[in-house]
Amino acid sequence: MLSCRDVTELISQSMDTSLPIGKRIGVRVHLLMCKFCARYERQLLLIRETLRRLVAEGGKDEGTAEETLSVEARERIKKSLRSP
Amino acid sequence: MTKAVAVDPVDWVDRYGDYLFRYAMLRLRDRSMAEDLVQETFLAALKDRGSFSGNSSEATWLVGILKHKIADHFRKQAREAPLEDGDLRERPDPSPFDESGRWVSGPTAWGGNPADLYREKKFLDQLTKCLSGLSPNHANAFTLREIEGADTGEICKVLNVTQTNLWVILHRARTQLRRCLETHWFDRKGRKGS
Repeated sequence: MLSCRDVTELISQSMDTSLPIGKRIGVRVHLLMCKFCARYERQLLLIRETLRRLVAEGGKDEGTAEETLSVEARERIKKSLRSP
Repeated sequence: MTKAVAVDPVDWVDRYGDYLFRYAMLRLRDRSMAEDLVQETFLAALKDRGSFSGNSSEATWLVGILKHKIADHFRKQAREAPLEDGDLRERPDPSPFDESGRWVSGPTAWGGNPADLYREKKFLDQLTKCLSGLSPNHANAFTLREIEGADTGEICKVLNVTQTNLWVILHRARTQLRRCLETHWFDRKGRKGS
């Protein structure tokens, strides 16, 4: 029997590789019975999904001051491009 | 200087500077490092203008250079702070599991509207803070996997670790990050439900 500790490890691993069939079934069966592990998986997938959306939206954002190059950095970079 | 290309490289800074900066910030979480790598990217682009084929957009070409600079930076960090035994043990303190491996205190329900989380600036700030709390190799492995979408083979090469070690690192990074978000965002918001 897989413990919750084992299952959390396998959930993470399943996000990076496909698990062997035996382990995959073991995890699925465990998740049907264990609300905490099921929640754990949902939450890891939510973090992944949130980052994917963020990256997909990344270019469109105009950005606030903290998300833009500082005036000094901008000038420094321009200067370095004029006389590399 | 001969002007073979229509756009003056100095104009790149106003055109693409902020975009590249945001790209770097999301992955490095360090202003001055992000600014440095953006500068290096433009300088490398200037030196190597011939490699711009025009098949892709200029922005895509520049991001490609920046991506390499970021990977180089992670590689350097991994060399300077190689993994230690402690990095590979999964021992959050206190352990959420009892001796038989069952949850002692399981994950709490995360309420709210998860589909919209990526638009919440404060949530993203907290996520960044939580990521910064991980050791550099853990944060970098997580960044390459979940933000860059790199496959594990590539990440192993950048961080110079085995596949098995990488799984441990990623598991640990996800566990710590999940817990940090729970403590500092979801539980604090008092959003219960599910």
